Amino acid sequence: MFSRSVAIIIAGMTFAAPALAQDAIIVQSTTSTANSGLYDHLLPIFAEETGIDVNVVAVGTGQAIKNARNCDGDVLLVHAKPAEEKFVEDGRGVSRSDLMYNDFIIVGPGDDPAGVRGMEDVQTALQQIAQTGALFASRGDDSGTHKKEIALWSDTGIDPTTASGGWYRETGSGMGATLNAAQGMAAYAMTDRATWLSFRNKGDFDILVQGDADMFNQYGVILVNPAVCPSVKAEAGQAFIDWLLSEAGQGAIAAYTLDGEQLFFPNAKG
Amino acid sequence: MTDPDSITQQSGMALRVRDLAFRTGALTLLDGIDLSLQPTGITVVMGPNGAGKSLLLRLVHGLAAPTKGEISWGGALLSPMLTRRQSLVFQKPVLLRRSVAANVDFILRARGRRDRRARDAALARVGLSAEAARPARRLSGGQQQRLALARALVTGPDVLLMDEPTASLDPASVLMIERIVTDTAAQGTKILFVTHDIGQARRLADDVVFLQSGRLAEYSPAARFFDTPRSEAAQAYLAGRLRV
Amino acid sequence: MSDISDALHMAGQLVLHRDADLIEIVALSLHVSLSAVAIACLVGLPLGALLAITRFPGRGAVLTLVNALMGLPPVVVGLIVYLHLSRAGPLGFLGLLYTPTAMIIAQTILITPIVAALSRQVLEDLHAEYADQFRSFALSRRQTMQALIWDARYSLLTVALAGFGRAVAEVGAVMIVGGNIDHLTRVMTTAIALETSRGDLALAMALGMVLMALALGVNAAVHGVRLTAARQAHA
Repeated sequence: MFSRSVAIIIAGMTFAAPALAQDAIIVQSTTSTANSGLYDHLLPIFAEETGIDVNVVAVGTGQAIKNARNCDGDVLLVHAKPAEEKFVEDGRGVSRSDLMYNDFIIVGPGDDPAGVRGMEDVQTALQQIAQTGALFASRGDDSGTHKKEIALWSDTGIDPTTASGGWYRETGSGMGATLNAAQGMAAYAMTDRATWLSFRNKGDFDILVQGDADMFNQYGVILVNPAVCPSVKAEAGQAFIDWLLSEAGQGAIAAYTLDGEQLFFPNAKG
Repeated sequence: MTDPDSITQQSGMALRVRDLAFRTGALTLLDGIDLSLQPTGITVVMGPNGAGKSLLLRLVHGLAAPTKGEISWGGALLSPMLTRRQSLVFQKPVLLRRSVAANVDFILRARGRRDRRARDAALARVGLSAEAARPARRLSGGQQQRLALARALVTGPDVLLMDEPTASLDPASVLMIERIVTDTAAQGTKILFVTHDIGQARRLADDVVFLQSGRLAEYSPAARFFDTPRSEAAQAYLAGRLRV
Repeated sequence: MSDISDALHMAGQLVLHRDADLIEIVALSLHVSLSAVAIACLVGLPLGALLAITRFPGRGAVLTLVNALMGLPPVVVGLIVYLHLSRAGPLGFLGLLYTPTAMIIAQTILITPIVAALSRQVLEDLHAEYADQFRSFALSRRQTMQALIWDARYSLLTVALAGFGRAVAEVGAVMIVGGNIDHLTRVMTTAIALETSRGDLALAMALGMVLMALALGVNAAVHGVRLTAARQAHA
């Protein structure tokens, strides 16, 4: 009885392994891009043109970069420019290219206890939230969004982490989970527009602060360095990057809309 | 059924017990037992409750280790090799959660044999051929004990040890088992049979070991034991007077 | 409350229309968790049987350890497996990260202690009944273990079920080592986590209901087998 089940298991495991086809590449990316549905739009077009399958692992930017440092991926597509540049400087990535941008917004409960609705200046808005002690839900997970949020806070001269657990709530989870948490406790939160538009649990939340140039959210794409990580499928990975940066890829990015709204704005330097 | 090389027949002596004692904590359950049994026939072990009958059976079968003394079969000290040539039937049969046939197959396979004819013969011998495919635990009490007996006999043991095997059975089943036991003894297998039942002892015994409070009170041929018991303990027991 | 009725409706729709994506992730969930249970039984049952029948110094400590390992947090198991299977890890050359095989490995580690600890209890109880008879039969340790496992097979089905329940319901380990990759490593629980993070709570709940129905189905099947066994007095 036992030997038969061993055989079945081994058979099962071996058929599972080749499911990662030889020319399939792994893209380490962020939950915000994956949750927006952008990849579901782009990847079939790319596969059609090149026959290359792309598998996306969606984690926080910090985790994505760590995974790529461990050679667990072929392409890195995230939005935390300084960390990306460091990744390349350290020889982990071949080179970094600007790919596209979207923007961050601050969402919050409709009754807007801190009175920030309609503000354009994100610094003033954040200061006002801090002063009124209105709840603010932060990712707190070292993601690109979190890093951006910290940078914005530091521009205001306020260190919200001194109020951590008080009005400043660090969820330590992804964008969607953080928005769910913000929803649950009627807290303000900073999110990228793409995630917000595709987010279904909006409740009475509105976009309250938007349009500040400081809230610009640049995405970059990097090929993991095959000289450091021999497992990297450099050719297929580079093909994916080249396509994203090409007119066809940039056009495909611009063509992706949700509820009639364009989410990502291609800005590769052609 | 008996193996020509069997130890009992080679040496002309079956069980020899010398100065046997078994203690657990402060309790002495058996003490100073000296005994030499005939190589064939049925030896009935009798005695009141707590006399140490079952324990003696467990000791000579190697299920318990004596505190003191020596046990030998056919001149060789008790060893796993020897106990493999014995079978023990417990008062309450321990049957596997399988079919009747599978219960017999189990012990054959444990001995490295796959022998359907031996299994079928053993089941026929205890009158269970028709029940071969039934779940063992669905049998009646008497059938269960007969199955245990079939399992004990199928390996062709030199010695068959029986620990009050009929204590909780109906009279018909008791007689059936007694008949199998006497047949088995007639074919040369040595039998040690523990019982409380004086009538059963009279029917089966060639000789009798009588234990009293962990000591050997008497060892006599059956006729003498039942007609003119020498020990006071045996006299009292046979007269139905003894209460420990 | 309307979310829950929405979810019920959506769950019904998904199942009725045999949604292709749903079938794919259900199949992968079953493939991964059943494989993990099978391997966990291959390792855990003999281990449980060995612990049930042997006495050795330090046995108590080993039992405590195995019992404690039943509470292994899935995320920790996921991390440990990730660190080993990562390209930078000692087993990175196998290229197993982000494959169903990695998920099977993680879940196997998660539930083997459950199978071992629970089967140890079941088999020790059975051994208490069989021990004298087996010693009289002069069985080897291996024969004893095999016989105990076979005779306790219906009780051990319940043990396997406990392992399956834990495996199919966990998200932490498969999320890390599988990566929740669409059409490759997405299973029920990671899909539920994904829909929750998208804020689509009704769809997440609908998937959760399908998962519960699945677990219910497997449990009912095992219960049926046990009933048959009980009728035959084998259980």
